[in-house]
Amino acid sequence: MSTAPRNGVLVHIEGVDKTFRRGSEEIHVLSNLNLEVKAGEFLALMGPSGSGKSTLLNLIGGLDRATRGTVSIGGDRVDQMSDRELAGWRARHIGFVFQFYNLLPVLTAERNVELPLLLTHLSKAERRKHVETALHVVGLDHRTSAYPRTLSGGEQQRVGIARAIVTDPTILLCDEPTGDLDRKTGDEILSLLQALNRDQGKTIIMVTHDPHASHRASRTVYLNKGQLSAEAPE
Amino acid sequence: MKYFLLVASSLRRKKLRTALTMLSVAVAFLLFGVLAILKQSLTAGIDVADASRIIVRHRVSIIQTLPAAYEARMERLSGVADAMHLTWFNGIYQDPKNFFGNFPVKPEEFFSMYPEYVMPEEEKAAWQRTRNGAVVGRQLADRFGWKVGDRIPLVSPIWPNKSGGAWEFEVVGILDGAKKSTDLSGFYFRYDYFDEGRTYGEGQVGWYSVRIKDPREAAAVARAIDEEFANSYAETKAEPEGAFIQGWAQQIGDIGAIVTAIVGAVFFTILLVAGNTMAQAVRERTEEIGVLKAMGYSNGLVLGVVLAESFLIAGLAGGAGLGFAWVMTLGGSPVPAMLPVFYLPGRELVVGAGLVFVLGFLAGILPALQAMRLQIAVALRRQA
Ligand SMILES: Nc1ncnc2c1ncn2[C@@H]1O[C@H](COP(=O)(O)OP(=O)(O)OP(=O)(O)O)[C@@H](O)[C@H]1O
Ligand SMILES: [Mg+2]
Repeated sequence: MSTAPRNGVLVHIEGVDKTFRRGSEEIHVLSNLNLEVKAGEFLALMGPSGSGKSTLLNLIGGLDRATRGTVSIGGDRVDQMSDRELAGWRARHIGFVFQFYNLLPVLTAERNVELPLLLTHLSKAERRKHVETALHVVGLDHRTSAYPRTLSGGEQQRVGIARAIVTDPTILLCDEPTGDLDRKTGDEILSLLQALNRDQGKTIIMVTHDPHASHRASRTVYLNKGQLSAEAPE
Repeated sequence: MKYFLLVASSLRRKKLRTALTMLSVAVAFLLFGVLAILKQSLTAGIDVADASRIIVRHRVSIIQTLPAAYEARMERLSGVADAMHLTWFNGIYQDPKNFFGNFPVKPEEFFSMYPEYVMPEEEKAAWQRTRNGAVVGRQLADRFGWKVGDRIPLVSPIWPNKSGGAWEFEVVGILDGAKKSTDLSGFYFRYDYFDEGRTYGEGQVGWYSVRIKDPREAAAVARAIDEEFANSYAETKAEPEGAFIQGWAQQIGDIGAIVTAIVGAVFFTILLVAGNTMAQAVRERTEEIGVLKAMGYSNGLVLGVVLAESFLIAGLAGGAGLGFAWVMTLGGSPVPAMLPVFYLPGRELVVGAGLVFVLGFLAGILPALQAMRLQIAVALRRQA
């Protein structure tokens, strides 16, 4: 398995179906969906509520499995990995940013950021160095030992982003990262993501409801009725 | 070890709940420790019972006396190494509440009969020299602050002194134990001094301790002794020391079974309490566990983290409970008269530690498996 992008294509999704079963009822969320994302892209994923945006993001991040089809990230066949392989693969290649930050309330900012590094072979000193750098990148040098409840929403999301980038993952997956923030704070977070994409060449896939947010991305795709299109549906 | 902070920080999540759970676990193990101490205390005699000793008493009851002359007759029997008599003196020191066992014995035979008692040679020599000399167990001496040279008056309602007053004794030595379980609450003085001083019953003694040559022949020797005195006016009943003490112990019930039943019931209750706490803690953390897995924490690691948390709670609280029970014994017995042997035996500590481990495992395993099986996508959807 290699992570070298072919023709610059990092995410390659082909003919993917995703069906949920609720009792006897089958919900076809994604059907024969195709998507290619190039390395270094900042992709915005839009669509109505319940259209399957989070579901698609989960498939890319190896959090869930497609019912059918190919999910290949940097040449790795995510759809064919075992649970165990997937966990290790996620640790190396994926950084998640959540709408509600999902920090551990009992750990300080720096300890939250350190969590993904515990899975690596880095020494304590090296881990501290990486944590410092990540918190510096998101502009939170001064609040490293604060607990999440003492931080504002914007600050918590910065910690969430620092946690996502601290392992230097291949892709950043953000599910409505500004969905719980006011416009101004949301803008700051978007600027931060933009900077990560522009300055560090991070590939970012971001789910959003906000057209304003999608303008910060280099490309926007729309999910509707299980399929993607480049145009917003009528 | 690098995950320790992650595990330990969970305890701070619901501080009151964690504290109450830990308190109940600690109290349970304190109870376990106290019961272990009591059990040890009440059965110490059985532990120290020497398989090479048998006890010979009057066939009718232990209160009935036997002739001192039986000693020589028993020592003539094959299989008997030595016989020594003891008598229940029932001496009272100042107040009946200050109860302790006190017995006239023969100093020249005492230490060979009871090798579990150790005392310096010069004190043994002093006992031989001093007619009213008495040796006392270390614990008893500490209880009343007695030292060598102190004069101790005892009044015996059974055996009045010819002088009409108290019996005067001089402490000539302090007994130490060769083993931790040795009973050091006794007071021993010379039979010759006793026999001359008493107003009646000269030549009569309470019972005999008989050391035999081969412990495997205990039953046969006991039978031979009883046969020797059959059809005399004072027939005997001989039995191994352990059986003698155990017979007494059984009168206050099967202590071991009672202790086990109580500990079992408490343990089961605490298991439910701790298990419920763990299950609740994991349920509340569904999203967090989903996030850890999203980061790349494997199912096995998540299982380990949750289980470690359970072990940590059980270990800290159980350790505190056992530790507290142990600390209680450091000051010695609070009621030396009733429970002279008072300590938490090492093997019970090992059992306690084992129970801590079992509790940690049983309370944590189901929640840990639940956390392990948690589907990430489902866990993360809960809040959305
Ligand atoms: N684990 C599941 N079991 C059953 N149905 C599910 C499951 N996950 C998602 N669904 C269904 O799939 C559909 C798409 O859900 P998804 O969360 O991907 O939508 P979304 O586009 O992210 O919506 P939103 O904008 O509200 O976050 C919904 O109808 C949802 O109810
Ligand atoms: Mg969603």
